Amino acid sequence: MDLRLSEKHSALQADLQAFITRYAAEAPKAGGGRKRPDARTLDWQKRLVEHGYAARTVPRAYGGFGAELDVVELAVIADAFVQAGVHPGLSNQGISMLVPTLLEVGTEAQRQEWIGPTIRGDVIWCQGYSEPGAGSDLAAAQTRAELKDGHFIVNGQKIWTSSAHYADMMFLLCRSEPDRPKHQGLSYLILSMKTPGIEVLPLRTMTGRAEFNETFFTDVKVPAENIVMGRGQGWHVANITLKHERLMLGDSNRLTQRLHKLTEMLQRLEVGGEKLIAIPSLRDRLLQLQGEVFAWRAHGLRLLTDQSRGVDSGLRRLITKYGATMLCFRLSSLAVDALGTAGLPYEVESETVEGDEATTWHVDHFYDIGLIIGGGSSNIQKNIIGERGLDLPREPKMIGVAAGRN
Amino acid sequence: MEFDLSEDQRLFGESLSGFLQDRQPLEALRRMAEPGSGFDAGLWDGLTELGLHGLLVPEQFGGAGLGVLDAAAAAEALGGTAAVVPFAASTVMATLALLRLGSPAQQAAYLPGIAAGEIRIGVGFAGRTGQTGPAEARLDGTRLSGRISGALDAGAPTHLLVCLPDGRAVLTGAAEAGVSVSSHRTIDRTRPVADLVFDGAAAEILGSSNRGPAALASVLDAGRVVLAADTVGAAQTMLDRAVAYAKERAQFGRVIGSFQGVKHACADMATMLEPCRAMVWYAAHAQDSIPAEARLWACQVKAHVGDVGREVARISTEVHGGMGFTDLLGLHYWFKRIAFNRQALGGPERCRHDAAVEQGWIVA
Repeated sequence: MDLRLSEKHSALQADLQAFITRYAAEAPKAGGGRKRPDARTLDWQKRLVEHGYAARTVPRAYGGFGAELDVVELAVIADAFVQAGVHPGLSNQGISMLVPTLLEVGTEAQRQEWIGPTIRGDVIWCQGYSEPGAGSDLAAAQTRAELKDGHFIVNGQKIWTSSAHYADMMFLLCRSEPDRPKHQGLSYLILSMKTPGIEVLPLRTMTGRAEFNETFFTDVKVPAENIVMGRGQGWHVANITLKHERLMLGDSNRLTQRLHKLTEMLQRLEVGGEKLIAIPSLRDRLLQLQGEVFAWRAHGLRLLTDQSRGVDSGLRRLITKYGATMLCFRLSSLAVDALGTAGLPYEVESETVEGDEATTWHVDHFYDIGLIIGGGSSNIQKNIIGERGLDLPREPKMIGVAAGRN
Repeated sequence: MEFDLSEDQRLFGESLSGFLQDRQPLEALRRMAEPGSGFDAGLWDGLTELGLHGLLVPEQFGGAGLGVLDAAAAAEALGGTAAVVPFAASTVMATLALLRLGSPAQQAAYLPGIAAGEIRIGVGFAGRTGQTGPAEARLDGTRLSGRISGALDAGAPTHLLVCLPDGRAVLTGAAEAGVSVSSHRTIDRTRPVADLVFDGAAAEILGSSNRGPAALASVLDAGRVVLAADTVGAAQTMLDRAVAYAKERAQFGRVIGSFQGVKHACADMATMLEPCRAMVWYAAHAQDSIPAEARLWACQVKAHVGDVGREVARISTEVHGGMGFTDLLGLHYWFKRIAFNRQALGGPERCRHDAAVEQGWIVA
């Protein structure tokens, strides 16, 4: 047990301090996702990539910084931007999910073409996975891709395609081999959102905003070489991508930041001349949540050590998405309870700006439900924890339901 | 940066676990637990040979000179096997009290005996841990009088350590004239609590400096962390047994672990419990190396692990169905181990109160 930073990591920390001091004024305002990055954000992202504070481990040949993977370095970098409250660079589905997937299983040509523009923020991706009839049972996807004259012809519908309305590209899970068993009949394609035959409709959620879309495909032509791995291997590729998504959703830094925000609010706001934190029932809930956040923070350090050793964390990794998203909801629950009636007025200013403190907490509180469901819902996570983590037997298959069909 | 037990710490925990599983199978556990004194001479001597009692005693006094993290790793093994052995108070708190408050002469007088397994010190911290029952002790010169309830590891003590209202600690022999120890069997037959009555008993103050209260608080913190580690070990055993049972028990023509109702219950236990292990490590490491965070983490780990322990104990018993409720499986020894740990040295509410004071959210 040694929580001190090595000389190398201390030096990196010092470099980061110097970088932030020198350039922070050029950084865009932190936050502000769900829209196309503006020129200021793109400049900032390029500067971060040049210094190795974004896309650090992406090889130089693909436009990255080319550092060896050192997860402690990545943690030191993330921490420096959080502590300084400075924009840490872009985090989107292209950067956090597609790029690692192409690095793992993409062709050389695909890496050359897409990784550089994606990490610089010039190309924005959306994810074409879920369908109205294939949510938790993602492998039941029915969107068809038929190979004809060197093109896949895509027909069908995707749902929950966040950022599809401004994305340049999509990574798409579709059924190319309808005669093969469900999991072996899928392919993973990448395609331009400007291809004729794609229609994107906004999907309004309980937050009052349209964070997601529905995307419809009518005879959309995708060049055959735009497949990642081979025909029928889409399920394997999709799982590589999902692994990265679930780690992103289970990040314990988010919990710590939210706990700080909540604590600060309870110490600042008053009711009847009394600070909220002086009210025993609120304070006790805050203390309970603090204990839980501490547990996940320590757990995060353990996962970091696993990663730096190249150890598969197994059960320890499988519990993070379910555990952290549930705790996130309970943190925002205390915030909206503490605000009480005063927090009920709710006006979302725009698709990208929340507005006042109470609205921001309520948006988070609603959106937390989305996070509990998205990326593999809590009930699916519990199956995964039970079956892959604890080696419990799978539910017996129903007899008479054909594979790959509803 | 390396957040893990060391190879030595893991191996010590494993060898301790192996020894206890070997020496304390269920039938032996029943026999050792029945008297309720929390002490078995044969087991104690075996653990002396393994070096358990001198874990925190400096090498110059015959111990291993290790820290609270090592003690936590050991406690996880003790909880995992519901070991009938005094540890958290007798081995950890008393040793740390001597190290942090005791004079050099007192350290030389007691520490070698602790490491050799010849001295066992019951600890009465009532009044600092928010427990009900009497907690009055006063010292007139070198004479101790008063009543302390709920003393830990005092089923077969050679000495007693009690704290005075002013935060000083006092040590006395358990067999001294004017000392009476009434040990009670508890819900958890593997460990007792005792009522101590002193009537002008000869006693000595640990050390003489006035850093007493803060040092004594740090001793309480370490005790809380070690009890939390014990709970993590006990809860892990309950989870493992539930999972094993769910794979073997069949109903409706299926093993019950294939039902989502049971599978999800097991997943919930794992999701709650696994982060607690890392939390215990961090809290224990803080006692050894991060003084600024030591108290807050000790309070929070005792509270949170206490809550998680109760949930895991309930859910595991439920997964076992009616059999879990019987005495036959012996699962209840772990249920009660967890229940004991929850209350000892302050339950979650008291520990969170202390955490609030520590952060300046309320005035003590």
